[in-house]
Amino acid sequence: MIRVQNLVKTFGTFTAVNDVSFEVSEGEIFAFLGPNGAGKTTTIKMLTTLLKPTDGTIQLDGLDPQTQQNEARKRFGIVFQDPSLDGDLTAWENMEIHGVLYHVPHKIRRQRSEELLKLFELWDRRKEQVKKFSGGMKRRLEIARGFLHTPKILFLDEPTLGLDPQSRNQLWSHVKKVNEAERVTVFLTTHYMDEADRVAHRIGVIDHGRLVAQGTPREIKDQTKTETLEEAFLALTGSMIRDESADPAAAMRQFAKMWSGGKR
Amino acid sequence: MSAIYILWLRELKRYVRSRAQIVASLGQPLLYFLALGFGLGPVFQRAGYGSYLQIVAPGVIGMSVLFSSIFSGLGLLWDRQFGFLKETLVAPVSRLQIMIGRTLGGATVSVIQGLLVTALCLLFGFRPVNPWLIPLAIAFMIAIALVFAALGVAIGSSLQDMQGFQLIMNFLVMPIFFLSGALFPLSNIGTILLTIAKLDPLSYGIDGMRSIYLGHSTFNAGTDALVLCCIGAVLLVFGAWRFSRIEI
Repeated sequence: MIRVQNLVKTFGTFTAVNDVSFEVSEGEIFAFLGPNGAGKTTTIKMLTTLLKPTDGTIQLDGLDPQTQQNEARKRFGIVFQDPSLDGDLTAWENMEIHGVLYHVPHKIRRQRSEELLKLFELWDRRKEQVKKFSGGMKRRLEIARGFLHTPKILFLDEPTLGLDPQSRNQLWSHVKKVNEAERVTVFLTTHYMDEADRVAHRIGVIDHGRLVAQGTPREIKDQTKTETLEEAFLALTGSMIRDESADPAAAMRQFAKMWSGGKR
Repeated sequence: MSAIYILWLRELKRYVRSRAQIVASLGQPLLYFLALGFGLGPVFQRAGYGSYLQIVAPGVIGMSVLFSSIFSGLGLLWDRQFGFLKETLVAPVSRLQIMIGRTLGGATVSVIQGLLVTALCLLFGFRPVNPWLIPLAIAFMIAIALVFAALGVAIGSSLQDMQGFQLIMNFLVMPIFFLSGALFPLSNIGTILLTIAKLDPLSYGIDGMRSIYLGHSTFNAGTDALVLCCIGAVLLVFGAWRFSRIEI
């Protein structure tokens, strides 16, 4: 479903993604793990047509996201690291706009929005403005929205960041449900190793732009001779703390945190 | 087409729902109109130039359209990281459609804002020479709104963080407002100031509204309309080009 070969992305002299190759097959849940600044988000941006790779090839369901941009876009849904809902609109209206932008026919749009909002337990709150939602509810709505146009692939970039364990558990059980029911391929990143261990069928570990390990959680643990995925992760990537230099987005994130009182 | 429509509708819905903001954004133009109109009015009258209230009203209307349209574009900066913009950028819709939808939405909202300010000015003593020509003045409001919504999009697409915002505010938006002759008639001013005013697109919008509301103006309404259409076309193309190059 996703095939990446020798992917490279450089920004000036800095190489963010360096010769990364992997494959994700249909219906699989693939976790992409790595410390801050390892190249996870950059890879997702390239997979989702937002950035042009410097070198290498990407195939999504056989399509090249560079040359067949709109076709590729119809085939995936994405939940970004930063929120991307319209807080002034209601949950239902957010779904509506998404449906229109993805050319989902009116009738199917209504029917599917209803199903998804019910599944993600937001149906009763559909007429409320999204800004009144809690962080967990917003996340659920974003994921429900991502499924609306029946994508073949769903990208989740740190979807559980800042959520309490209850919301995280619930969120993953929903994602698993849709993954099983609709055979949607899920590509996720997270910093919570236990989640990756529990949810993902296969895992890729990236560090300094290079893919350092790939396999099922069991294989990765065996390979590093460790008990937990967290230990395996530290064995692979070292315990040095990565200090990302603050990019404009990070500065704005800080600003946003200040203004929203630390709530997402 | 449906994408442009839904994005336009979204801007309108957001506007209608932010009632507190609507009231707040009417406060500033009204303050200018009342304080300057009644404060400087007597001096202006004694100098033999007629009623200042009538001169400043089109300026204040132009100001409200300018601010609200340019901010709608600058809002991109925020929207790109924490808003809905990203959702639209990965949708199977061309960037041009997204830009047009947003810009039209922002411009529509600014025109509504301008109409509200016009109504307030009429309420507090502004008297156009011929009220039947108000639709023509609205056409000028639409032109101002499109010009600056497009400029806002162009700048909003180019800025990287909030720091740039203050810079744009102090060195672009405020000069556009103050140097446009919104607060003073452009006749009988020094050559330097007049030259600067001639470079400011807002001057033509306000001059156009004055020529309709007051029956006389510095340039003439035809020139104003022509200049605004040309600048508008150029800025729309420029804005669309900058927008198409946004990377997130």
